[in-house]
Amino acid sequence: MIALPAPNPATLARRDALVAGLRKILPAADGVIADPVRLKPYETDGLTAYRQMPLAVVLPETTEQVAAILAFCQAQNVRVIPRGAGTSLAGGALPLADAVVIGMMRMNRILQIDYADRYAVVQAGVTNLGITRAVEADGFFYAPDPSSQLACMIGGNIGMNSGGAHCLKYGVTANNVLGVKLVTITGDIIELGGTHLDAAGYDWLGIIIGSEGQLGIVTEITVRILRAAEGTRAMLAAFSSNAIAGACVDAIIGSGIIPVALEFMDRPAIHACEAFAHAGYPLDAEAMLIIEVEGSADEQTAMLERIKEICSAFAPTSLKISQNDAESAAIWKGRKGAFGAIGRISPDYLCMDGTIPTSTLPQVLARIEALSAEYGLKVANIFHAGDGNLHPLIMFDANQAGQMQKAEAFGADILRLCVEVGGCLTGEHGVGVEKRDLMKVQFTEIELDLQRAVKSAFDPDWLLNTAKVFPLDRLPARASLPHAA
Amino acid sequence: MQTNFTEVQLRDPAIQVADSILRSCVHCGFCTATCPSFITVGDEDDSPRGRIYLIKEMLESGSAASAPVAFHLDRCLSCLSCMTTCPSGVDYMHLIDHARTHVEQTFRRPWHDRGLRAVLAAILPYPARMRWALRAAGLARPFVGLIPQRGVLFARMRAMLALAASERVVAQGVGDVTAQTVHPAQGTRRGRVLLLAGCAQRVLDPGIHAATIRLLNRMGVEVVIPQAAGCCGALTHHMGKHAAFVAQAGATIRAMTDALDEETDAIIINVSGCGTVVKDYGFALRGEGPDLAGKAAKISALAMDVSAYLLKIGYQRTRPESGLTIAYHAACSLQHGQKITDAPKALLRQAGFRVVEPRDAHLCCGSAGTYNILQPEIASSLRARKLDTLTALSPDAIAAGNIGCLTQLAGAGIPTIHTVELLDWMAGGPCPAGLKS
Repeated sequence: MIALPAPNPATLARRDALVAGLRKILPAADGVIADPVRLKPYETDGLTAYRQMPLAVVLPETTEQVAAILAFCQAQNVRVIPRGAGTSLAGGALPLADAVVIGMMRMNRILQIDYADRYAVVQAGVTNLGITRAVEADGFFYAPDPSSQLACMIGGNIGMNSGGAHCLKYGVTANNVLGVKLVTITGDIIELGGTHLDAAGYDWLGIIIGSEGQLGIVTEITVRILRAAEGTRAMLAAFSSNAIAGACVDAIIGSGIIPVALEFMDRPAIHACEAFAHAGYPLDAEAMLIIEVEGSADEQTAMLERIKEICSAFAPTSLKISQNDAESAAIWKGRKGAFGAIGRISPDYLCMDGTIPTSTLPQVLARIEALSAEYGLKVANIFHAGDGNLHPLIMFDANQAGQMQKAEAFGADILRLCVEVGGCLTGEHGVGVEKRDLMKVQFTEIELDLQRAVKSAFDPDWLLNTAKVFPLDRLPARASLPHAA
Repeated sequence: MQTNFTEVQLRDPAIQVADSILRSCVHCGFCTATCPSFITVGDEDDSPRGRIYLIKEMLESGSAASAPVAFHLDRCLSCLSCMTTCPSGVDYMHLIDHARTHVEQTFRRPWHDRGLRAVLAAILPYPARMRWALRAAGLARPFVGLIPQRGVLFARMRAMLALAASERVVAQGVGDVTAQTVHPAQGTRRGRVLLLAGCAQRVLDPGIHAATIRLLNRMGVEVVIPQAAGCCGALTHHMGKHAAFVAQAGATIRAMTDALDEETDAIIINVSGCGTVVKDYGFALRGEGPDLAGKAAKISALAMDVSAYLLKIGYQRTRPESGLTIAYHAACSLQHGQKITDAPKALLRQAGFRVVEPRDAHLCCGSAGTYNILQPEIASSLRARKLDTLTALSPDAIAAGNIGCLTQLAGAGIPTIHTVELLDWMAGGPCPAGLKS
């Protein structure tokens, strides 16, 4: 288990006074939650292995309220944890015992849509899919589409630089955000970027996007919206082994074709998702690819023909092209609900998020299989194969003593393997608390020191989402984190 | 998700069920996005995932329900939208049902809350009492302005009066068609069904049963109304009043069982809120002795929403197309509770209507049984949201398969009509009262 720091006793001792101070900023009856029963559901996010009750939860409705809360917390030297929908699989919204959780879900309004210049301004608590829903009737969409897009909020997407199935063609969050309104720990409200690509000076957005809520709290975001393609079509290609499917992925990408999406699922994943989505997945296959293309009908057909040709060289057990939008929707429903659907075959799972060069897919998949046998824990593989972003789901039973620790050790081995073959620890979920102590596998101390210096520049006292991303040793003195409990 | 029940706790079969439901939840949070109360309130504690967590803590501790837990569970509409969304297949309905009973048995509500719930449970399931209450409410209506603007109790009183004095246009002079037991088929008998007469609907809009019976008779189906089958028990069930639920459901089950014969095709229900509960009798009454449990399971297996039955036997229009646009409002109990989504729309199209659907059709209108009385603030916000999306379609009428929704959505200038009345009209029946005006 990753250790959390011991809480600051001085903060805990002032709990009542702090809550009273927060209530002055948010006078609405339910704007500040301090009752232990009510706080309990906030103790965890999508990574339930880690749980910690916060000091209090606040639910602001305006940027000004967020600013007032942050200024108050800085003045009181209280740590702050930003939280969107609480869907993080890396423990990004995990509280600390002496921290105030700022829940952004009440800031859920779409403020402006500009079709002429193709952008939308939204509050941080708008869901990812909510943006597309607001513009789809006019033929537009917001491209990054994490599997949790139904629920996850755009503020969290900024924090983790989220990706998704369609990022193969359209890029991740960082490539689709034009500007943000950021509240600093001092309570100042600043605007970075604008409504156009590229801003003057340093690439501030590049620093903020993916900073895991450690540099400030984003309250408004200007996102790019794109014209939707004329049409899309999905294809299912089934294979007799993971390694063969992996080799096929590399062949497709190697041929220079960029489908909109290229997704991989192995046998356990296919079965769990089919039970949920009834999409007609091939239940006899060992592995399956979902390949989606878009464009005019002719373009779709031409591209699908070429992909079919490539697939045929890998002796597919079946190839199926969806015939209509309803079939495509069912195919995606299964894929997008994949993590949750694993709940049908296992009470608990850990979802890994390593990224590897696509040429190493067959080798890495074989190694994961071997590790699975070694640890005696099953794995379901569901991932964005096109950009080499793996999501092995390690299945375990948290009610059995020791299984959680075993699953974590297995996961760490997978991530070390990803770095070893030239990839990285996290493709889109972020480091959070989950991969914090593995950062040294990826980075040297000098590299980490520079990153810590960036954090210190924004947040000298390390109050924002502390105890994540960076291992707890070698923190700056002002972070004043008591030693790990 | 990990659970922490002791071995002793797990000997209780009800806790075993709750444990297996909790274990199937992986805490992914998808359910939050489609939960009407979470969208309205914006608090994890008012989301399905948050409530599952609250219930887990309450049951694991083995202690009485606390005021905050009761507060947040009460704000759940039981619309079951979360179950449609959940990829893991978490059986939220049985978990919240269990939790509501636990709250009712272990938590002492404030006097006015207890009082109101007792009044609702004592009036709504009984048609005679309900008729009397509606008349009394009609007399009280002019004094609504005297009710203070602040406070939960007064908000609930205003909500109750508003519903009682609904401006919804219903068929007049229909009388109580449910008083007659056997309604014979016209022509050759093709089928025999039992119809659940129920409670509130037959008082609020007797025309719905009349249309159901006319339509089925015309299609060659004999309709039998077991006189002793009254309220299905949904109302008390959702209040966690288990003993009252067992008594009401038990009486209905026994009356239905007595009226069954080998030629009975189905038990028809035309209030989808009741249908969801009747279809769950087998589970809900599993612990009430082998005799009742056995009968309950049989009734559940035979229960059918009227739309599913009509689609099965083949509905046909006889009148020329009306040219009307109907906005179909999917009642949560139908779309989420019973997973019936296409049948009513298919039938309305067969009846020659242009069928349109509102944006966010998965969201509840706020009716949810007695929710609109007990939680007027959230309910009225959901009503406004639903009406915005419905009026954007400029329909001639709104159709739904649940009397609660029809009442909740009335008063916005668009008639709200039960699907079956529209179907009956196009198959030779009278024009629905709401459309005439």
